[in-house]
Amino acid sequence: MALAPGLRDPVHDAQRVFRAVMDALARPGRVQALTLTLSPPAPLTPELAALALTLADADAPLWLDAPLSASPEVAAFLRFHTGAPVVADPGQAAFALVSDPARCPDFAEFAQGTPAYPDRSATLVLALDRLGEDGRLVLEGPGIRGRAHLSAAPLPPDCAARLAANHARFPLGIDLLLAAPGRLAGLPRSTRVTEA
Amino acid sequence: MSDEGHRGDARLPGHETDITPSPEPHARTEDLPAEPAPEPGTGYNFAYLDEGTKRMIRRAILKAIAIPGYQVPFASREMPMPYGWGTGGVQVTAAILGRSDVLKVIDQGSDDTTNAVSIRAFFARTAGVAVTTRTAEATVIQTRHRIPERPLAEGQVLVYQVPIPEPLRFLEPRETETRQLHALAEYGLMHVKLYEDIARHGHIATTYAYPVEVAGRYVMDPSPTPKFDNPKMDDCPALQLFGAGREKRIYAVPPHTRVRSLDFEDHPFRVQHFAEPCALCAARGVYLDEVLLDDAGRRMFVCSDTDHCEERRAAGHRGEGA
Repeated sequence: MALAPGLRDPVHDAQRVFRAVMDALARPGRVQALTLTLSPPAPLTPELAALALTLADADAPLWLDAPLSASPEVAAFLRFHTGAPVVADPGQAAFALVSDPARCPDFAEFAQGTPAYPDRSATLVLALDRLGEDGRLVLEGPGIRGRAHLSAAPLPPDCAARLAANHARFPLGIDLLLAAPGRLAGLPRSTRVTEA
Repeated sequence: MSDEGHRGDARLPGHETDITPSPEPHARTEDLPAEPAPEPGTGYNFAYLDEGTKRMIRRAILKAIAIPGYQVPFASREMPMPYGWGTGGVQVTAAILGRSDVLKVIDQGSDDTTNAVSIRAFFARTAGVAVTTRTAEATVIQTRHRIPERPLAEGQVLVYQVPIPEPLRFLEPRETETRQLHALAEYGLMHVKLYEDIARHGHIATTYAYPVEVAGRYVMDPSPTPKFDNPKMDDCPALQLFGAGREKRIYAVPPHTRVRSLDFEDHPFRVQHFAEPCALCAARGVYLDEVLLDDAGRRMFVCSDTDHCEERRAAGHRGEGA
């Protein structure tokens, strides 16, 4: 099977994707538009592929969840376009691509950073079906004026508790990017998440 | 070739709309030209830095945003200007800049000093982006040691050039130790320093690079901005990014984040006040520069923010020296 092409315009497409990611993390709960022309091999979604191609490289290893690592085409696509090592140990990854968020491993299995270097921690990218600025998740913290609301599905069943535990470890912890078709939101570790 | 010509060449029809929502993300592929457009300033990648460097800086920026006020180490590159001329800010700007951005660069509030002019020209040439002196029109503002007087807006990014990012550096020279102090949130040294100010001078004598606490956790150096600008950092609607090139650190304050200037209950934080208004535009409540007029010691005080002053004068405000 022929390798699917990467970003059509690597310089400017990557810049646009990065700005969407930057705005998503700087303004948690604000959903950013992310429209792409990528058609990566399934089950890798265009959004997950775009984020990996924009941010991963030889210095930033990728971890793939079970459905993604079951597809040799996905690994070949990511290796060719990013040059990033694909690691089996979640603790070694800079970015984790999760196509089945309902079965996402515990956040504590990923790199949390150290007290002196909390930045040496993972960013998880979850492929969702739906993402909206209304819903049961209530967000507070840096980047949010007052409160924000977020609806996102599917998520791990105990997601609010996991996010609370992640926030409690601040400044250690992981950061989440939620990527639904054409839409992106961020949940950095600094955000307090509760369920209304 | 003029900057105008560069920009015209660089833009693809309909390309800027890529990021807007579309019901059929794949449908537009055929409409677009097959090859990317040639870049302005041929011979350089867009905005000077190579893509690998941009990715590295972008990853550092994302972690900086996720951990407000924490200094993320990054592999700072040699830039075509010396350390101390804003290489940190330039690298941050180059990593975030896109073709539709409008860039403003200020140096001590001024758009027309050497540092500001040359950095603005650098990006006009290597990225072909539109440049402006007007705060309201800019999407990215790179600054050396001032925050514009006009309140910043949602969607704007303020990029600071930072010489010494570590607020504890002059109290503890060892990086291994300052890292530990930040890890433990042990900021007693800084309070002792401010207390010694009071013991010697009767008030907190620190007037610039005045330390702040970000989101209730990290103590941060706001770069050598006058403390007059510290209150503008608190709950600011714009994203604030800080780049230190020689010291190889990036840090950030997300929008709407609590930024508190350190102080004591009996010696609360206060900003400078100026008795006279701006001599050119009569503005009060702004930061003023002292300008010497002759050898006899005559002087006047004018707005440090040149764009703010020009806008006020254009609106008909006149000071006593105008």
